[in-house]
Amino acid sequence: MLPLILFYAFATILVISALSVIIARNPVYCALSLVMCFVTSAAIWLLIEAEFLAIVLVLVYVGAVMVLFLFVVMMLDINLEELRTGFTRFAWLGWITAGAIVFEIAGVVLDKKLGIDATRGNVPVPPGYSNTQELGALLYSRYAYPFEIAAVLLLVAIVAAIALTLRHRVGLKVQNIGKQVSARASERVRLVNIGSEERK
Amino acid sequence: MITLGHMLTLSAVLFAISVAGIFLNRKNVLLLLMCIELLLLAANFNFIAFSRYLGGLDGQIFVFFILTVAAAESAIGLAILVVLFRERRTIDVEQLNRLQG
Repeated sequence: MLPLILFYAFATILVISALSVIIARNPVYCALSLVMCFVTSAAIWLLIEAEFLAIVLVLVYVGAVMVLFLFVVMMLDINLEELRTGFTRFAWLGWITAGAIVFEIAGVVLDKKLGIDATRGNVPVPPGYSNTQELGALLYSRYAYPFEIAAVLLLVAIVAAIALTLRHRVGLKVQNIGKQVSARASERVRLVNIGSEERK
Repeated sequence: MITLGHMLTLSAVLFAISVAGIFLNRKNVLLLLMCIELLLLAANFNFIAFSRYLGGLDGQIFVFFILTVAAAESAIGLAILVVLFRERRTIDVEQLNRLQG
């Protein structure tokens, strides 16, 4: 009974903060509500015993991605009033689409012919079961190549993000390290023979 | 007991909210990116629910990869956004018409 009560509590917080993400005026509040969404989602994932992904969600999303979002929100000097104009112009279309999506998903889930048993409970786990260990064993055996591709993808993302935002300012005085290292003494120092003069 | 129906309903509601958010905030690129993050979270809910309730771990592996791709996407998206703002001084989608598409 307690898991169900906790589930309803977290689900309510999740839906309210998701609504706050899409209708808050200030982008900083939107980002913070999104952080709240991720934290409550992690709690729900813990409730249905997907521990590893819950921790990863908190570490990666709350710890890294949302901080990046907050940095960008604070860095940009946006004219909010201009962006808010026409906010409700297509709102009806948005809510109709949202309702249609809920209707379609409910239709699929509740259809008995598809064999989805919506009242199905959690698959019980044996005592001493470690979600992280099982996922790790699978990730490094059957999914080893996709795992490496994911690593390369992250590397590409780092390089792309840096290459996009790197700025070359003209007239900036900086060291040219390659030129300094490749310099030879013979290019820099000119030895000149100066004949000695007689003392008068 | 939390059933599969609970998880799927929550996921559907979350997905619908984020789709509505894309319509509402269609001018602000930053909020569009946030709505996409929310949408991916709703998809992850489905993967984890089916993985836990059908007893296979592959769904959770998929969530792991989706998290990776989403992190890469938001990093590049925000980098493009910063360059865009530096160039045009606006992030309004309706004013981004230089390519005449």
